[in-house]
Amino acid sequence: MRGFYAVFRKEMGSFFVSPIAYVVIASFLFISGFFFWANISFMSILSLQATGNPMLAERINLTDVVVRPLVQNLAIVLLFVMPLLTMRLFSEEKKSGAIELLLTYPITDTGVTVGKFLAAAFVLLVMLLGTGASVLLLTAIGKPDMGTVLTCYLGLFLMGMAFMALGTFISSLTENQIISAVVTFGAALLCWILSWTSTVAGKTAGAIIKELSILEHLDSFNRGVLSLSDVSFFVLFTAFFLFLTVRSVEAHRWRG
Amino acid sequence: MIEVEGLTKYYGRLAAIKNVSFRIRSGEIVGFLGPNGAGKTTTMRILTCFTPASEGTVTILGKDVRKDSLEIRQKVGYLPENVPLYDWMRVGSYLDFVARAKGVRSSSRKQEIERVTESVGLTGVMPKLIRWLSKGYRQRVGLAQALIGDPPILILDEPTIGLDPRQIREIRQLIKGFAQNRTVILSTHILPEVGQVCDRVLIINKGTIVAEDSPTNLTRGHGKSSRCRVVLRAPESQVEDVLTHVEKVTGVRLGSSGPGGEVEAIIEADAESDVRPLVARAVLEKGWDLLELGAVQVTLEDVFIDLVTEESEVDSSQQEASQQEVA
Repeated sequence: MRGFYAVFRKEMGSFFVSPIAYVVIASFLFISGFFFWANISFMSILSLQATGNPMLAERINLTDVVVRPLVQNLAIVLLFVMPLLTMRLFSEEKKSGAIELLLTYPITDTGVTVGKFLAAAFVLLVMLLGTGASVLLLTAIGKPDMGTVLTCYLGLFLMGMAFMALGTFISSLTENQIISAVVTFGAALLCWILSWTSTVAGKTAGAIIKELSILEHLDSFNRGVLSLSDVSFFVLFTAFFLFLTVRSVEAHRWRG
Repeated sequence: MIEVEGLTKYYGRLAAIKNVSFRIRSGEIVGFLGPNGAGKTTTMRILTCFTPASEGTVTILGKDVRKDSLEIRQKVGYLPENVPLYDWMRVGSYLDFVARAKGVRSSSRKQEIERVTESVGLTGVMPKLIRWLSKGYRQRVGLAQALIGDPPILILDEPTIGLDPRQIREIRQLIKGFAQNRTVILSTHILPEVGQVCDRVLIINKGTIVAEDSPTNLTRGHGKSSRCRVVLRAPESQVEDVLTHVEKVTGVRLGSSGPGGEVEAIIEADAESDVRPLVARAVLEKGWDLLELGAVQVTLEDVFIDLVTEESEVDSSQQEASQQEVA
């Protein structure tokens, strides 16, 4: 871990000194605002209908009609955005040759990887906190279930971290940022929808595929359940790809 | 201080360097000389722990490059060939990053950066973006990052490439200045540079070391023959014939012919004998005008070219021989 703070600071600089982070965060917040507005509009129509229908009125609430769909939509947006945040982490330096200097400083490979990853994770955190404004607005007009809101957000954050670990790994394999982004997006999408094939595959294989799919593990967070297996899935997913990244940086030394 | 034994590096099946061995003592300035693609950069990358060797060992300050990579990286300042810096950073914050990365304590970080920027003359440009720096200043920033943390060993890959003559001189002066209590290895293919800066020269060609000595010894030891240059006004067709018949002359090479029938010739003779009086006499006997006559010093460049071409001639003759055997 030696030297990770120096790398972290430098990467934060490259996100926030250049316009990258601002552009990504602004676009993300704009889209999230749009979804929020759409959901709220839908909620108001539903409420209007519910005035003459007590059965419906009982079943609609802010959490189910606004927060959950919002978070589900944001998860898909993150699928697109995460590769854009991670694509340059290693690729840029590999291309410019700056990696040569970085790897000859007395910093461990783990330090380099963790520093870069945490900087990207910080941007994700800012993005998610930004959408928190919408939730605060909700508390002004009603009472969303804060427990569910928090698990939803935790799910989003863990999923984003998992995608970013994947993206960091792929970025360490190529010096081309576009390849890095496209491959990350493809791999993340595949992990996401893997469970669709679980019904076609056999019983055992189906169960395994289902367990590997990100969509399945996101579900419990969305329902407001904090399950150990789902949390550990994302943590292990992230740790696994960070581990692979460290190996890949090491391999860079081996192969030259 | 630096001991390299039997170093070999393959890229795929191609050997970039083959069985390279040398020793560098503490406080020396060693020049690494060779044509492009000779293996200078590869050797330096192995010394700085960036790439591992395929075979052979490198010991720096008693530590093995493979095992104690982190400790060695702490002791070595490195300037890669094309000076890869972060263009979007300001000089000051870049050097701050380097100081942190090299583990300079926060209490002495500011002083350390100040010390280094003063010694390379960067004080005025600290708030500038690296992107907007001229090539000369980029090179200075490159040197500054290598010097941060006060490493006892500096490895500089072509530190003067792409600079204008005045900048080359400044950078050379800087390097000489740092070298007083440091061991410096620098690679170059600019020959006069080596003579001016280095205590010792390693000439590397096609991945092997072909010569190793001080610049003066190299030029002296190589003098198997002496040369002199003569400029005459004479019929060009006869010049070569007449000069080769002068006593003790072993070879004549005609140079460019100038206006008004001027002919230039380089004459080679045994190392011990001075053929100049004999040549002068021969020319005057023929009734030609003798315009210039002078001895030619063997330069490092001649040594270098000779060594580099000798090698390839030996190579090609060997190849021919082996081809004949096959036939």
